[in-house]
Formats: sequence, structure tokens, C-alpha cells
Amino acid sequence: MDESENAGPESEEQRIARESGYWRANVRLLAVLMTIWFIVSFGCGILFRDFLDQWSLGGYPLGFWFAQQGSIYVFILLIVVYVRKMRVIEREYGVDGE
Amino acid sequence: MTTQTLIYLFVGASFALYIGIAIASRAASTSEFYVADGHVHPIVNGMATAADWMSAASFISMAGLIAFLGYDGSVYLMGWTGGYVMLALLLAPYLRKFGQYTVPDFIGARYYSSAARVVAVVCLIFISFTYIAGQMRGVGIVFSRFLEVPVDLGVIIGMGIVFVYAVLGGMKGITYTQVAQYCVLIFAYMVPAFFISFLVTGNPVPQIGLGSQVADGSGLYVLQKLDGTLTDLGFTAYTDGTKSMIDIFCITAALMIGTAGLPHVIVRFFTVPSARDARKSAGWALVFIALLYTTAPAVGAFARLNFVETVNETPYTQAPGWFTNWEENDLIAFNDRNGDGVMQYRSGDPFAGAPVFTEERGASGERLVSNDATEGENEVYVDRDIMVLANPEIANLPGWVIALVAAGGLAAALSTAAGLLLVISTAVSHDLLKQTFRPKITEKGELRAARIAATAAILVAGYLGIYPPGFVAQVVAFAFGLAAASLFPAIFMGIFSKRMNKEGAIAGMVTGLTFTFLYIAWFKLWSPESNVAENWWFGISPEGIGVIGMLLNFAVAISVSAATKAPPLEIRRLVDRIRLPGNAGA
Repeated sequence: MDESENAGPESEEQRIARESGYWRANVRLLAVLMTIWFIVSFGCGILFRDFLDQWSLGGYPLGFWFAQQGSIYVFILLIVVYVRKMRVIEREYGVDGE
Repeated sequence: MTTQTLIYLFVGASFALYIGIAIASRAASTSEFYVADGHVHPIVNGMATAADWMSAASFISMAGLIAFLGYDGSVYLMGWTGGYVMLALLLAPYLRKFGQYTVPDFIGARYYSSAARVVAVVCLIFISFTYIAGQMRGVGIVFSRFLEVPVDLGVIIGMGIVFVYAVLGGMKGITYTQVAQYCVLIFAYMVPAFFISFLVTGNPVPQIGLGSQVADGSGLYVLQKLDGTLTDLGFTAYTDGTKSMIDIFCITAALMIGTAGLPHVIVRFFTVPSARDARKSAGWALVFIALLYTTAPAVGAFARLNFVETVNETPYTQAPGWFTNWEENDLIAFNDRNGDGVMQYRSGDPFAGAPVFTEERGASGERLVSNDATEGENEVYVDRDIMVLANPEIANLPGWVIALVAAGGLAAALSTAAGLLLVISTAVSHDLLKQTFRPKITEKGELRAARIAATAAILVAGYLGIYPPGFVAQVVAFAFGLAAASLFPAIFMGIFSKRMNKEGAIAGMVTGLTFTFLYIAWFKLWSPESNVAENWWFGISPEGIGVIGMLLNFAVAISVSAATKAPPLEIRRLVDRIRLPGNAGA
């Protein structure tokens, strides 16, 4: 997984490459999660709300549900996924040292 | 025991608890005073953040706002929770890694400039005082209605309590009292919500109850019934809004971004041990907040339904006890237009503006008002702020539930006020004295300055609570709009752009701040009569304009920064360092 583990002390370039690799992976994850964040709140709850209202979740019109309930549940899930994924990315790029 | 005795008992016990905790966790150093020494467990911090965040506005006003706004109320639900995703992903871990005490600390260091630090302090103090005036008003309302003391005395008692634990305990004392306050407020919010959901739908879980059928055998869903009842009375259907889509979009965005940029929320993430804990802690904070925020729309809808059913077409002489109680507190009024003694609740205003009561009584015994007349059929005035407080009475719940709600409302207002006071005092003693004007001040002197600043801030807040300037309610939009347009872009670019320099950041903050300030002030203070959709730019109300301010901030900052020289090497190293978690790269 991490080449620096068995290759002895890493050079300055290797360290910089590893750390910028970590940052790129972090930004990629952020982009994905923030896109979902935008879709559930601004998308489902506001822009496409009327369209979604043709379906119902129990007594909730679907778009209304996203605006007042669903988006909040997804927000929590997004942070949970972020915390877990970041642990994996940190280990992968060897930046998880205390 | 009477309800009144129960209220004294619950409120007194909760106050004793807060003071006990504060004395047990006094702060001895500036680090303990500012950030509880950075030793707070992420779950504990999440709970404290939730109490810090959920103010009198969330506890008392939000469900009432939603009750009367219906779908439009979604802007608060999404806006005040979605901001935590931005905070967790884009700001909190990096600011924690940076490892100082305050937001102006970060802006001053990242933009290598005292000017940038002072601009940040000005934004911070303005935002925090706007916010705190609202908390003190909340304390006043709860005291005057439930403890039957004058509003002024209520504010002074509230100030005394906050003084004890904010000035003595600093961040350390505040953190642990906020945990206790979270428990009190969430319990106080959920218990009546369970009761009411069960009464209306037969399902005690409010989040499910709102999507269920009404338990009256009609087979209608709650929202269907509410839509039908309201449209019959001439209101817009509950699940339809009246605001335009672009306005809903911009207000939601301004509230989200503003939340992520509010200094008293950000500073809570300086108190956990590491960047990793900051992420986790933001997640927990959102879980604790979501518990109340997913319940609020149900409470709002049930309250509206109950209100219409108990009040409309009821003779005033048979009005329920809570109706006349709140009338005595000036928050409800009945204007018997047609003289039949029966309350007709319809769409529209019963008279112009908030009620101005005369000493006289009408034919049915109602208090008369001297307001200008309006067209229409509506005869009932109701202040939205009473819905949560009156809910247990409207639904005929037992006395201890009412006592619990009183204690919960106070917990919400006090916890937020304390967090804000701490941010203000830190800004004065740390950012202005220590970092800018008196760098040689000793640790002891700085701690004393922090306590003096906190005391002064409490006195100002109390004054604002006792003599609320007329515009307080009008300028809440300021806090979020200004945070979104000034602090958020500066922090965000400080982390995600290595090229952003001090010239760009300062120009951006000043532009965003000035534009947003002028737009809101024009429509809210100088020319309130022109505050209608036709006059708004692109149909965006003052509440949502912070988003445009933020875009301007980004645009100006990026252009100015491109035309001036790049930040020095050590700043780029600083950015590299805060991007890494743990101590790596330190």
C-alpha cells in the first residue's frame, strides 16, 4: 500500500508527492460529497420539488419531504461517510501518524 | 402541585445545575478560558455545539415560523443544518489543525496582516451582538410568561446566571454547562412533541406522525387535512409556498453558508484534541441538532392544525385559557370586526401592524386595540413566537410538561448567549489586545482582560434585552448574511487556495461586507416601505442577499489577488501544514 514503509527513509520529493496525493484524494472526495449535498437540498428540496411532489412518502409529497426531512438525514450520512473515507485515505497516503 | 410551582421547581433546579457545573470547572489559564485546553471529547463537543447553536430562535421561534410559513419554512430547516456539512468538510478540520484560539487568529496569520485581523474582529463583534440581543429577548419572553416576573427582572436574572458561568468558567465552564443545557432543551422539546404527535395521529414519533393519517377517522393525511383547512379559510396551502424559487434558493444558501461562517460555532471546533476529532465532532453536532430540526416541522404543522381547530369560529367567551393568557402578554389579539363575539380566523391582517392595546375591553371582554383598520375578514392576531410555548397548553398537556418547556426555552437562550459572550470577550482580549495592540500583555493580564470584556459584553447584552432597539428583529438577517459574505470566503480561500494573498482577501471581505450591509440596511432600516419583491435585485430578498455578497467577495478577491504578488513562502508552507491531519508536516 504505502511504498515508503519498506523503502527506507523517503526523500523530500517522495514526501511532497505523497502529501499532494493525499490532498488531491481529499479534494476529490469533497467534490463528490458536496455534489450530493447540493442535489438533495437545492435539487430535490427546491429546484425539482414540484416534479418530485407527484410521488408521496406516506402522507408527505416527496419534494416536501426532502425539503423538511430527507435532506437533513442525508446531511448526517454525508458527514459519516466523510469521516470514514478520510480515515482510509489517510492510511493509504501514510498521513495518519499522530 | 400547581403548574406554577412546578415551573419554579424545574427552572430553579436547572439553574442550580448550571451554576454547580460552572463552579466545578473554573478556567485557570487563557487556554482553558478560550478553548477548554483543547481537551474536549468529540461527542461532548458535538452536544455543546448543538446547545451553542440552537438558540431561543430555534427552540421558541422556528416551529412557529414553519407553522405559519408551511413549505417556505424549509429554508430554515435546510439552511441551519446543511451548513454543518460545509463546516465539517470545508472548514473545521483545517482550522483545528491550524491550532490557535479564534477565527481572527486564523485570518490574521493566513493573510499575514493585522488589517485583515481587525476586519475579521469587526465582522465578528457585529455578528455576535446582533445575535445576542435576540437571545436576551427570548429570556425575557419566557420569564414574563412563565415565571410571572417583569421582563426587565427576567433579563437581569438571566444575565446573572450567564455571568457566573461564562466569566468564571470561560470555555471550559461553558462547554460542560452547554452539555447539561442540551439535555434539558432536547428533552423539553421532544416530550410535548411525542404527546402531540400521538394525540393528532396515534403515532408518537413526530417525524413519522407528520406523514401519517389524522386519528379522527377521516382517513386524511395530516398534510392533506391542513392544506384543505387552510385553503378553505383563504390561506395558501401548507405544502405550497408563497416565496419565489430563486428567493428560497438564495435564503437557504445564505443561511447554510452563514452557519458555516458563524464565529461562535467555528470556535467550538478549536476545543477538540485533533483535526480528526473536529470532523467527527461536526457529525455528532449535526446528529444532536437534527433531532430537534426534524421534529420542528411536525410540531409546526400540528400546532397550526390545533390552533385553527380550537380558535376558528369559537365565541371569545369560550376561548381556552391559554388564549387569554397570551392575550394578557400582548402576543394574541381579537379584533371583533363584525361584532358577533365569535373569532373568525382567516388569511390577512386583523389590523395594521403589531397590536397596541388600550385599557378598554370590548363587548365580549376582549382587550381592544388602537391600531389602524385593514380590509378583510380575519379577526385574530397571533405572534408566531408563542406556538412552541403555547403548544402544551393548546394540546391540554399536564403541568410538568409546561414547566419542562419553560426550562428548555431558558436553556436554549442561555447556552447560546454564553457562547456568543465568550466569542466577543475573546475577540477583545486576545485578538485586539494580545495580538494587535498590547502584544506584551502577560497571561494573567490577558485572562483578566477576557473576564472584564465578558462582563462588559453581558452588560451591553442585558441593556439590549431590556431596551430592545426597534430594529433588532429586523436585523437578524444581518448575522447570517454578513457571515456568509465576509468570513466564510476568507477562511475557505485561506485553506483551499495557496495563491490567495492579503490584498485579495481584504478587498474581498470589505466588498462582501459593504455590499451586503448596504442592501440589507436599505430594505430593513432606511426604506422599509420599499421592501417588496418588485424592488429586490433579481427577486432576492435581504435575507438571501448574503449569497450575492459572497459571490462578489470571491470575484473581487480572486481578481485583486491575481493582479498583486503571491503570498510569501512561509504562508504557502502554513497552508501545506493545515491541509494535513494529525501532526504530520508540523
